[in-house]
Amino acid sequence: MSENAEATSIRKTALNRIHREIGAKMVEFNGWDMPVEYPANANRKSGGLVAEHMAVRQSVGIFDVSHMGDIRVIGPQALAAVQKMTMNDASKLAVGQAQYSALLYPEGTFVDDVIVHRLDENDYLLVINAGTREKDYDWVSGQAIGFDCIVQNLSDDYTQIAIQGPNAWRVLQKLTDVDLTHIKFYWFTHGTVCGLPNTMIARTGYTAEDGFEIYVPADEATSAMVWNAVMEAGEEFGVLPCGLGARNTLRLEGALSLYGHEISDSITALEAGLTRFLKLEKGDFTGRDALLKQQAGGLKRTLVGLEAIERGIPRDGYKVCDTAGSEIGFVTSGSPAPFLKKNIALAYVPPKFVALETTVAVEIRGQLVKCKVVPIPFYRRPKISK
Amino acid sequence: MAFPADYKYTKEHEWVHVDGSTGTIGITDYAQNSLGDIVFVELPKPGAELTAGQSFGTVESVKAVSDLFAPVSGTVAEVNQELATAPEKVNSDPHHSWMIKVTLKNPSELSSLLSAADYEKFVAEEH
Repeated sequence: MSENAEATSIRKTALNRIHREIGAKMVEFNGWDMPVEYPANANRKSGGLVAEHMAVRQSVGIFDVSHMGDIRVIGPQALAAVQKMTMNDASKLAVGQAQYSALLYPEGTFVDDVIVHRLDENDYLLVINAGTREKDYDWVSGQAIGFDCIVQNLSDDYTQIAIQGPNAWRVLQKLTDVDLTHIKFYWFTHGTVCGLPNTMIARTGYTAEDGFEIYVPADEATSAMVWNAVMEAGEEFGVLPCGLGARNTLRLEGALSLYGHEISDSITALEAGLTRFLKLEKGDFTGRDALLKQQAGGLKRTLVGLEAIERGIPRDGYKVCDTAGSEIGFVTSGSPAPFLKKNIALAYVPPKFVALETTVAVEIRGQLVKCKVVPIPFYRRPKISK
Repeated sequence: MAFPADYKYTKEHEWVHVDGSTGTIGITDYAQNSLGDIVFVELPKPGAELTAGQSFGTVESVKAVSDLFAPVSGTVAEVNQELATAPEKVNSDPHHSWMIKVTLKNPSELSSLLSAADYEKFVAEEH
């Protein structure tokens, strides 16, 4: 690195010291110093990306996701503002309910994806990505002009901890008086967690498993206290601290989008296949006109799931070709899938290649490796009968 | 970390164990530890010509692809087929999970490689 390069200081979450103390392998992610995995060591019999991934699928894992951002929109016209700036229908939200949505540009492309939480009558919380905190805040503030509401950037106020996996609720239940069986998926509440009053507990996550995200005060001492309490409560369930490596493989198996990959400022909501969360009929919103036009004209590309059927791992950015070797698209995210034990990818291809079982080829270091189009999500969590 | 005393090492974390005119090549414990769980190893075919310092294949963890660099020049004589189905052996026994055996073209190249002691010092500094 150049000596006179401008020193952009890397950002750290309140749990940074703990990650380092317990031997996490750290990596820079969108300006943040984050754990990518926690290898096995003297104090941790099992660890590393694959073990962490399996812990979440089979039992429970804990993630520091404090790098994500939080924007609050509050006021008499908060709903109208949120409706204007997002693609899903926030008017369907009850207090205590959340929905996956996105902020779109007028072109119908993505500013960011977001989870919209209805905190109260006129009070909404948008949870956004780490790398887009400032961009989103500026965007949301601009979109809110003309609506009677205030926009607040609360990103630095919270340490956000995700507890994910089939045993996540058992772990968290030990730490709260809230009856977690009453919180449905994508609903949230406030209650006492680890003795901290009025803590938001959301049944949300990015792992394609059941789980919770809790939002606690961002000071180091409180954050550490909560992290350690969760680790201790999870010990009987074999809880593992999980890093961004497992976070990525877990969300990939669930075909959940990652900004900069499946969604970006050059990809539209229709191309990304997020129609379940796109409510063109709700009324006008930023990006709607462009999407209606695109819908009428037909898509030139859509997101599909691929599974390698020959030896090789398709990875982010690799070219997708037809079997004759002509370039037809690109991989947005690709990796071995630790639970499914296959090599999978998400990719953009033209409409004529989207039929299931279609064979395409991914160019891997000069070689064409055959893949087939498979349904997404690649993985769905088993339904548990209560 | 302990590194076999009778091997030679590269700064890219490959090892070579020489027996007569055959060099057996793999990656070190330091390398496998940095990589994490190895899921894929791509190796050349027997007969392939290698040049010291150039890439002869790749080793992949879940997260990343890393090049394998030839410690010595020569012709690939044998390839460890086990690694095609059990790449994790490189993690569990890196100093014995050999990848390729090479008929050395230029044994004098060995003198520019690191001894076990020098390699140990090198990784201690890098860490």
